[in-house]
Amino acid sequence: MNEMANIEQAIEMTESKISANKVQVYYGDTHAIKDVDIEIQPRSVTSFIGPSGCGKSTFLRTINRMNDTIDICRVEGSIRIDGEDIYDPKVDPVQLRAKVGMVFQKPNPFPKSIYDNIAYGPRIHGLARNKAELDDIVSSSLQKAGLWEEVKNRLDEPGTGMSGGQQQRLCIARAIAVSPEVILMDEPCSALDPIATAKVEELIDELRENFTIVIVTHSMQQAARVSQRTAFFHLGILVEEGSTQDIFTNPKDKRTQDYITGRFG
Amino acid sequence: MSLFWLILIVLAIAVVGYVLGRARAMSSAGGERSALHSLPSYYGANVAMKAAVPAFLFLIVWLLAQPFYVNSEISAMIPDSAISEGSSRGLVLAEVRRAARGLDNAVASDAITEDFARNARADFNDITARLKEAGQIVTSDITQPVLRAAQRYRVLTAAGNLYMTIAVILVAIVGALWALRETNAQFRARNTVEKGVQAILIAAASIAILTTIGIVLSLVFNTIEFFKLYPAADFFFGVTWSPSFSGRGGSSELGIIPLLWGTFYISFVALAVAVPVGLFAAIYLSEYAGPRVRAVAKPLLEILAGIPTIVYGLFALLTVGPLLLSAFGDNGFGIMKAGTAVMTAGLVMGIMLIPFVSSLSDDIINAVPQAMRDGSYGLGATKSETVKKVILPAALPGIVGAILLAASRAIGETMIVVLGAGAAARLSLNPFEAMTTVTAKIVSQLTGDADFASPVALVAFALGMTLFVVTLGLNIVALYIVRKYREQYD
Repeated sequence: MNEMANIEQAIEMTESKISANKVQVYYGDTHAIKDVDIEIQPRSVTSFIGPSGCGKSTFLRTINRMNDTIDICRVEGSIRIDGEDIYDPKVDPVQLRAKVGMVFQKPNPFPKSIYDNIAYGPRIHGLARNKAELDDIVSSSLQKAGLWEEVKNRLDEPGTGMSGGQQQRLCIARAIAVSPEVILMDEPCSALDPIATAKVEELIDELRENFTIVIVTHSMQQAARVSQRTAFFHLGILVEEGSTQDIFTNPKDKRTQDYITGRFG
Repeated sequence: MSLFWLILIVLAIAVVGYVLGRARAMSSAGGERSALHSLPSYYGANVAMKAAVPAFLFLIVWLLAQPFYVNSEISAMIPDSAISEGSSRGLVLAEVRRAARGLDNAVASDAITEDFARNARADFNDITARLKEAGQIVTSDITQPVLRAAQRYRVLTAAGNLYMTIAVILVAIVGALWALRETNAQFRARNTVEKGVQAILIAAASIAILTTIGIVLSLVFNTIEFFKLYPAADFFFGVTWSPSFSGRGGSSELGIIPLLWGTFYISFVALAVAVPVGLFAAIYLSEYAGPRVRAVAKPLLEILAGIPTIVYGLFALLTVGPLLLSAFGDNGFGIMKAGTAVMTAGLVMGIMLIPFVSSLSDDIINAVPQAMRDGSYGLGATKSETVKKVILPAALPGIVGAILLAASRAIGETMIVVLGAGAAARLSLNPFEAMTTVTAKIVSQLTGDADFASPVALVAFALGMTLFVVTLGLNIVALYIVRKYREQYD
């Protein structure tokens, strides 16, 4: 019986794309993330929900080691992607971030042309051997991000001149261009209007086929619409994690229930 | 009565007005603070303001207008025959003022009596000798018309000062009374004081602007004066600079090209030093340095900006010059003859400009949103890739602006050039030769005892004007670029 459970767990371990084990994050003296264990499934959308300051963004940023750029931040525990510990000293965080892309809260296209925005990652990683290959990467990334039809005739115009929704999809296309395996999205729609949000959500749903997506969101409706699994964070603790349907219809923890029914947060 | 006492009296009236105004407001409200529209101090301030501000304005206007009036009066007294060959009315008027001041001082030191000063005649009493005995500086013999004018000048000035004192005090008192009359519980003193404060602030801003206009106008008029004496084409396109101070500068060759060449050459060397070093220092400080290093390094770097330029000049003359000479002089490469050279001044000026470039660039790099860095790091870029491909392109317009501002400082720099680059106006490509700049030549043109009406002195204004136009142009371009850059992220 016990053996059975172990085997089951082992199967689950090998299946999950990202597995976090007893992750602690400290900002100086503040203990921001406490004992987080989570398994994230490949080719699916997992959403992190929770009230402001609960640590969901902080945890998201540990997955591609973006927290390394903050001096006072310290991470303990282990996070494995495809079984490899990303906090191992042998791992190059710069290489890791090519594999684990990120889309930010506010669209942040570089003040360059649309083409150069997409070509930025492939260029620094040397993904294209010549101009034709680079052109291919740019057009296929824009196609995957559903932006190609809108911008194909103005690739040399600045990315900063587009609408907010287009800018965010450009940022998603920019992340796709380096062919990551995982895409982390930190409240990607919070700066967008409802129509642009709908487009980005649609895009996230399509991207699920090829990428493992983790999305932090403030909107429970958004989590319900786009994700297959949902994790609820509160005060730096992962309170509950399960299939999105279970979390929203049958939460096991009282705090989760209070949050999704709008009693706090 | 001196101006100092007059100002004190007006201030005293204002203080008394403050106390009275406050008291009157309180009494009109029956001692009840809450019945007043404004706080009691506002009523006092209203009275003080209405006493002092119009009085001081009146005083300033009077002080500006009186010399014009007096000058036109005495100018009319001087016959054309009294103006000698090669002189001008302006010079004679200056002589009149000098004589009048001499008389004043002589009377003050009891060398002559007031009566004598008023009635002396240059043709009977040897007034020049008397003044010299009294220890006054008299440049030439005082002629009868000049003395008559000087005496009239003294009378007019004395009368003017008396009237001015009376009028200013009257204005102050009338202002205070007016303000006291309107003081009652309903009067909106707070709003009035607010308007007064606004007016004072506007006045301060206008003074800055008007002064600039005044400086530019004085440059323009003197430049026009110069071009009457010396052809503009020779000035702008002449390749020889050899002012001749003898014979009223008649045989001078005053071509600006060698000076401009020296200016730009030295500035170029300075920027070639300051821009890379300053920019890289700024990148290190803003992107790589930890908070502790930054807290120490940034103030240290900015100390460089606080060193007076004359100290840099000494550094150029005593340290950098000999050092370069030992390397490139006769014992080294043999292309440098003396310590003073374009390279010496340029290197030291570059060091001076490092903190200027670095602190401006640092601000501009810090203004690039963190989101840009995150975006780049999130795609797997390293720090230097991020700096090179995202931060510098985004900050480039601002950095160009900073460089142009540094360039306009380099062009205007004087002391380092005087001490480090020598005084020879020369058109040469060798950076180890002595050259000079526009600013250094302005100094040498004006520090001699040249006659101010001669082209060798007036050329300083034309040089200054040219320099002003060049740096103004650079500043405008720089500000335009910086502003355009700012709009990008707002």
